[in-house]
Amino acid sequence: MFRLPIEKLDDLFAAVAAAQTLYLPADGKDGRASYVKWEEGVKLSKALNTVRSAKDHFFPQTTNLCDFNMNGKNIEIIDNRQESENFVIFGVRACDARSFTILDKVFLAEPVDTYYATRREHGTVITLACTEPEENCFCSVFGIDAASPEGDAACHITEDALYINANTEKGEKFIESVKDMLTECGTEAVDAQKAQTAEIMKKLPFANVSTDYFRKNTLLDIFNSEHWKKLSEACLGCGTCTFVCPTCQCYDIKDFDTGHGIKRYRTWDSCMYSDFTKMAAANSRNSQVERFRQRFMHKLVYFPDNNNGEFGCVGCGRCLSRCPISMNIIKVIKTFGEE
Amino acid sequence: MLNETLIPKLGVVTDIRIDTPDVKTFRVVGTDGKKLFEHIPGQCAMLSVPGVGEGMFSITSSPTNKEFMEFSIKKCGCLTSWLHMMDVGQQITVRGPYGNGFPVEDPEKLKGKDLLFIAGGIGLAPLRSVINYCRDKRENYGSIQIIYGSRSKDDLVDYQEILNEWLADDGITVNLTIDREQEGWDGHVGFVPNYVKELTPDISKTVLICGPPIMIKFTLAGLKELGFKETQVFTTMELRMKCAIGKCGRCNIGNKYVCKDGPVFRFDQLGELPNEY
Ligand SMILES: Cc1cc2nc3c(=O)[nH]c(=O)nc-3n(C[C@H](O)[C@H](O)[C@H](O)COP(=O)(O)OP(=O)(O)OC[C@H]3O[C@@H](n4cnc5c(N)ncnc54)[C@H](O)[C@@H]3O)c2cc1C
Ligand code: SF4
Ligand code: SF4
Ligand code: FES
Repeated sequence: MFRLPIEKLDDLFAAVAAAQTLYLPADGKDGRASYVKWEEGVKLSKALNTVRSAKDHFFPQTTNLCDFNMNGKNIEIIDNRQESENFVIFGVRACDARSFTILDKVFLAEPVDTYYATRREHGTVITLACTEPEENCFCSVFGIDAASPEGDAACHITEDALYINANTEKGEKFIESVKDMLTECGTEAVDAQKAQTAEIMKKLPFANVSTDYFRKNTLLDIFNSEHWKKLSEACLGCGTCTFVCPTCQCYDIKDFDTGHGIKRYRTWDSCMYSDFTKMAAANSRNSQVERFRQRFMHKLVYFPDNNNGEFGCVGCGRCLSRCPISMNIIKVIKTFGEE
Repeated sequence: MLNETLIPKLGVVTDIRIDTPDVKTFRVVGTDGKKLFEHIPGQCAMLSVPGVGEGMFSITSSPTNKEFMEFSIKKCGCLTSWLHMMDVGQQITVRGPYGNGFPVEDPEKLKGKDLLFIAGGIGLAPLRSVINYCRDKRENYGSIQIIYGSRSKDDLVDYQEILNEWLADDGITVNLTIDREQEGWDGHVGFVPNYVKELTPDISKTVLICGPPIMIKFTLAGLKELGFKETQVFTTMELRMKCAIGKCGRCNIGNKYVCKDGPVFRFDQLGELPNEY
């Protein structure tokens, strides 16, 4: 473990940013935190988390897949992919860090998504332990420890210092690159902080919510449950929950004619939208009940079925804070659990 | 960088056959004149005209055809209308093959079995690949019966091939039917599900069925009445697709992605999944 006096934090960022692009959460004019590129003067946000998740760094809202030139009967396909540059994302919370390993299971499975893979390969994830988890947080329900985040290296910030410890080779390299600013240290301060956070975690309203129901019942029983109708009744199909969600992966592919060539894009899409599964003659999910059920079945049943039981939610609480009708995954889990 | 399946290859249309008023069959090769890739019967490919759209289509030719691939395409929207307007020599983009295909080489499933193909309309497209595969490897399969129906005589896809090649083969029975009486048609008239029941096929056969959902539903019910088990019947599913590789989250039935784990399913497998298709 290494230590950096807190007043040197901006010097650390400057040193990192001198070598590669550094992104970190900073407060915007509206007071909301979002990831921005660090430059002189940018301050690390004290917010618990960013409004948008950190998935943009690896799975951006739009990606140019390739370009085409049309010329009479001929088509030219232009593969303009480039290796990503090296970059660092600093200040990723434990929930978002776990979301990356969930997205890995989708995008790095054969056939590998090369757009995602190159960002993943060149990105270093430096996490930051939470000290004041809030009432909407329930990462612990999914076995995530907010006080000991994953990622290439994990940081803990106390009153007077930043502590950093590597989890991977990439993390070691990162520490190596700024080592002259750090001093080696013991784990006492971090252990004390972890113990304190653990106490807060225990008292959070959702700390004891159980997901057992989804393990003990069959896919068809859960799918056919009466609960979906009531749960989805007020859902507007606005898709907000899917866009803020760090593990939502659905995408669309669309062409854009620039006037001098065609650009093919991949963009985020939402299973909450009515045209998501629309076909010429039919639509496999015609009503909002079916679409709502799809989103939560995917996270709580389908994804675990295909991934050794791992749930597709990290308990970040974003869908709790953002849904205009206050519907969310925790209500779904609790409704089934209380059956 | 690694190959990226989302970036397509170039194909050239070398022949266009008019099958019916709204179905054309397109022959496609690579720009070098050779086949773009190998496939298993029942697998599909994503065809696209950049700026117009991209869509999934069954590779209707058999893998035993070493020269080219064929796609039978029904005009129903933006991309398919564009494809119907094009001339020979037009380039399009192709990516694939996608999906699991029919288990043609599995002795537990199709190899060595007596086969019953049941198709409606454009649903013949994926089955034609299997039929011609089995015809080319005749020694590996038992008897072949094909029950095929369309709205009218003019809507029978691959009609000339059926008359000139399939009916000429030994050990192949073809039963055609059309929905309504029509001048110049002295064959069977009536819907496919009823025709299947009338023909009372031997219940030892393995069935491959493809067509409109409503036809599949009633035919399956009829087959069950005759004594067929769900484990004997294979079908292909059609859901909205974009990526074709199980990542865009669009085409799932329960925990299965039709583009990757399908489109071919056996009915007992579908029974374990939500009825959401
Ligand atoms: C596994 C699979 C195999 C298929 N095989 C064949 C085949 O061999 N021959 C054939 O003619 N068609 C086949 N289809 C259907 C074909 O993909 C669609 O008809 C085609 O994509 C429609 O494109 P379009 O641009 O002409 O229609 P659009 O202009 O996009 O839309 C017309 C309507 O079709 C819907 N649509 C869009 N994509 C699809 C889709 N993938 N499937 C169904 N409807 C869609 C749209 O929502 C819209 O309602 C297959 C589909 C799948 C999923
Ligand atoms: S479902 Fe909600 S709580 Fe779970 S990861 Fe997505 S946004 Fe966060
Ligand atoms: S659950 Fe809430 S956020 Fe999600 S689509 Fe429905 S109304 Fe919008
Ligand atoms: S088409 Fe994208 S998941 Fe099947």
